[in-house]
Amino acid sequence: MNKRYILSLIAVVVLFLIAYLGVEAVPASKWLFGILIPYVALIVFVAGFIRRLLSWSRSAVPFAIPTTGGQQKSLKWIKPSTIDSPSSKSAVFIRMLLEIVTFRSLFRNTRMKLKEGRVTYQLEIFLWVGALAFHYAFFTVLFRHLRFFTHPTPLPVQLVENLDSFFRMEIMQDFIQIGVPGVYLSGLVLLAAVTYLFLRRIFIGNVKYISLASDYFPLFLIFGIAFTGIMMRYVLKTDVAAAKELTMGLVTFRWSIPGNVSSIFFVHLFFVSVLLAYFPFSKLMHLGGIFFSPTRNMRTDTRAVRHVNPWNYPVNVHTYEEYEDDFRDKMIEAGLPVDKMPEPQEASAEDEEPAAKPEEPEAGAADAATAPEEKE
Amino acid sequence: MSDLPTAEEMLGNVKHRPPSTDWMDVPAEIRRGIACYAGNPKSLELLGHPNPRTWSCFDDDWQLPENWQQIIHEGFKERLEKFRSFKVFMDICVRCGACADKCHYFIGTGDPKNMPVLRAELLRSVYRNDFTRVGKLLGKINGARPMNYEVLKEWWSYLFQCSECRRCSLFCPYGIDTAEITIMGRELLNLLGLNIDWIVTPVANCYRTGNHLGIQPHAFKDMLDFFSDDLEEITGIRPEPQFNKKGADILFVTPSGDVFADPGTYTAMGYMMLFHFLQEKYGLDVTWSTYASEGGNFGFFTSHETMKRLNAKMYAEARRLGVKWILGGECGHMWRVIHQYMDTMNGPADFLEMPVNPITGTAFTNAASTKMVHIAEFTADLIKHGKLDLDPSRNDHLKVTFHDSCNPARGMGLFDEPRYVINKTCKHFYDMPENSIREQTFCCGSGSGLNAGEDMELRMAGGLPRASAVKTVRDRHGVNMMACVCAIDRAVLPDLMSYWVPEVDVTGVHELVGNALNLAGQHERTMNLRSEELAELQGTAEDTEGQTDE
Amino acid sequence: MSNRKGVIIGIVVFLAVVTFPFLYNRGKAAPAPEVELTEKAKAAKQCVRSTDYMQREHMKILDLWRHTVVRRGERIYVNPQGKEFNMSLSNTCLDCHSNKTEFCDRCHDYASVRPYCWDCHIDNPKESK
Repeated sequence: MNKRYILSLIAVVVLFLIAYLGVEAVPASKWLFGILIPYVALIVFVAGFIRRLLSWSRSAVPFAIPTTGGQQKSLKWIKPSTIDSPSSKSAVFIRMLLEIVTFRSLFRNTRMKLKEGRVTYQLEIFLWVGALAFHYAFFTVLFRHLRFFTHPTPLPVQLVENLDSFFRMEIMQDFIQIGVPGVYLSGLVLLAAVTYLFLRRIFIGNVKYISLASDYFPLFLIFGIAFTGIMMRYVLKTDVAAAKELTMGLVTFRWSIPGNVSSIFFVHLFFVSVLLAYFPFSKLMHLGGIFFSPTRNMRTDTRAVRHVNPWNYPVNVHTYEEYEDDFRDKMIEAGLPVDKMPEPQEASAEDEEPAAKPEEPEAGAADAATAPEEKE
Repeated sequence: MSDLPTAEEMLGNVKHRPPSTDWMDVPAEIRRGIACYAGNPKSLELLGHPNPRTWSCFDDDWQLPENWQQIIHEGFKERLEKFRSFKVFMDICVRCGACADKCHYFIGTGDPKNMPVLRAELLRSVYRNDFTRVGKLLGKINGARPMNYEVLKEWWSYLFQCSECRRCSLFCPYGIDTAEITIMGRELLNLLGLNIDWIVTPVANCYRTGNHLGIQPHAFKDMLDFFSDDLEEITGIRPEPQFNKKGADILFVTPSGDVFADPGTYTAMGYMMLFHFLQEKYGLDVTWSTYASEGGNFGFFTSHETMKRLNAKMYAEARRLGVKWILGGECGHMWRVIHQYMDTMNGPADFLEMPVNPITGTAFTNAASTKMVHIAEFTADLIKHGKLDLDPSRNDHLKVTFHDSCNPARGMGLFDEPRYVINKTCKHFYDMPENSIREQTFCCGSGSGLNAGEDMELRMAGGLPRASAVKTVRDRHGVNMMACVCAIDRAVLPDLMSYWVPEVDVTGVHELVGNALNLAGQHERTMNLRSEELAELQGTAEDTEGQTDE
Repeated sequence: MSNRKGVIIGIVVFLAVVTFPFLYNRGKAAPAPEVELTEKAKAAKQCVRSTDYMQREHMKILDLWRHTVVRRGERIYVNPQGKEFNMSLSNTCLDCHSNKTEFCDRCHDYASVRPYCWDCHIDNPKESK
């Protein structure tokens, strides 16, 4: 089978075992998994993230190379495509905003099929839907978790919690019971979306071919996070007040490890810590990278406003003077104006036909090579 | 090409199922029909490019410098610092695969390494190994690998199977532009003297003679004179183009392909008629230049530096001649360079004036800094103000569609200007299906210097999506003419059409303008610019009228 | 360079988001609240199940009770020790834990949980009538 995802899966299982067995076997290691590792992970995350942003910002933007996704702004009576070919700062802002909150480019996605000797396209909306579901669910989950890191819990967080648990799903049978506490949709959507994103990497041949271990690993890890979270909330249970005491201890620097926090909590927290620490060194940095993408974040008024290249340097050019020196006699003979009068020297008289195929460089092309000169 | 498969064979052979072997374990095959010939050492020498030697990409030994790996590594590093695009695009791809089936070369060849994401991974794999710690640590399992001969050959193979059309960048949720990656990759290859002859020899020609085809000044003038002869026969009026004229209002620069080969030549004749008309009627003074006699820029397909060296001629010539502003002809990558690079590289053009059309009074504020106007913008403005005397009926036998060239589409946003001109110069216009036009347009299959003869199989494969869309409008509306605003298109699309969609011909937009334009004092126009009898053409068109719906 | 400005703004926003919980609480201690037991509850020593179990799973028990009473009409709950209880939130739970504010609400407020028990059961604690 595919080594790349098997190894990623093994890695996540190993992480699970480390945390679970660690906490079960050595209770003192709760300080490690509950306090120390989360701090280290957060520091690595913040420092790594900023370092990456700075390293991108240190690279120059020599040319304005926006992808124009619509009609340019040119003649007054031609309607420009303001958002897809943004010529002003505010239009770029809207383009970026739509890109970030609606994945506008991905929405264009189509699937190509060869049918009866023709290239055809059909709407391919699933990737867009899956990606959108994944990111929004993840964001909602993250935002909801502020209830563990704030006291008192701010009203917006409470509002999101209420919205998220809007649907009451109280299933009650003799052997299964969920619904109390209220079911958060975001968690289930996250789990479903992450599963979909994984399955398409397995079942779509092309996507499988390009997928690396670093594509599977975060999916498994996020699956693990969502799964442990859901288990903890609905099935295995932990003392929520105690869990919050631990997390509040982290953000208020008054650390405590209450006794009645179950092992699954530490697994959950450990997974999150690993994700945080892994984040800046992985493709997950697309979160920051999208803001730096020159094909999206630049204005398209490139002929109206000059973009400055910070490292623009003079290059060797073949000046007109050199050109005229090469061809003066022929130019005079053809009646073309020249800047300098001819010097009394014989010129190469060979009559050259333009070369259709460049395999045969022109006779005299090499010997006429003049020492390139610095541009003024 | 005798060993070119037939259209049916090619179509039958395309499979979009990747092999089960890991892509890193599939060595690149440098194959005749796909690969282009290696650059001529004389051209490299003339340009001062490194490692000029006679070599062939089909050889095992490419005669590289001893320390070539170090050269690549250092070149890579330098470009990561110089180009944020490169660095960010190396880091943020999530391999979602949205770009995969957007590439015409992938669609046409089915080769998984022609998926834009994988083309970029060819470089990313080396980036991870050389520039990231995690990548080096995890190695192959995480898609990292050291640079070696096999990798280099893979780069060569697939970086010259990308036409830098940017279609993938439109669909990428992060705007990752494979053109940008190909540009960097080719720059790196050029550090080792690895370029294809179809690029480097035109570049050398352009450097010395002013144009890719190596047309010397007197020959350039001769060719336009020849067009004047033709035009005199066709219209009864002889345009007298001006060359290197100091103090002219406007410098006109267009790709040399249009003065050299059909059907581009008819577009050049269209320009000449237009300028003649404007000079006679409004006194507009336009000059051609034999020094800046190339609008195109194959340097763009070599390196940023080479692009700048060739492009410098436009401003230099405009300054020397003392014109007010520059007008640019129909060309694809030429306009990407002008629109997004020229002013930055060789500007500021403060010796020129804000381009104003003296006939209509329109100020082209969108070109306020670069001071160069696209002829489609210029002509559209003239027509809008009713300044041209047009008789579109001479194009009545044509059922026209329009091929948006990649660069004016996704590197400029020129869509409605040429369509406006087409609609005003001919009666029947049908756009191709929406997934294949405007910003989603498909490459002709031969862009970015890949329009050689030896890679015909690649070109025909890459042109499949475009041809397929043409076929749709041919079958639906009886389209028999594809207009375009690109010299490479005019050079390569006739081959593509005869391969996939016979009966469809190719024209420049200004050939349509030329045919429709009435010149003062002309005799009765019985022929089009191709010297074909209009009566006959219209007869044939009416024969087929019945089978098409409108 | 406006570019630099953008990057700095970006980093500041990122830092503000990441450090929000630290800034919001600013080192104020927020330990888990102590719940107060009424005299009656203290006297009972143990709830229907062990304290540890009740802390984690009381909502499940209540859900189970509701289901059993409403759907099956059974009213008697037998705990693992064999002791019988009337399955009633008002008459059993809230009989001992009549101090909603000091008992139920403290933890619920702390953990930002808003159960809907009292949407219907407004009869106890009595004072809320």
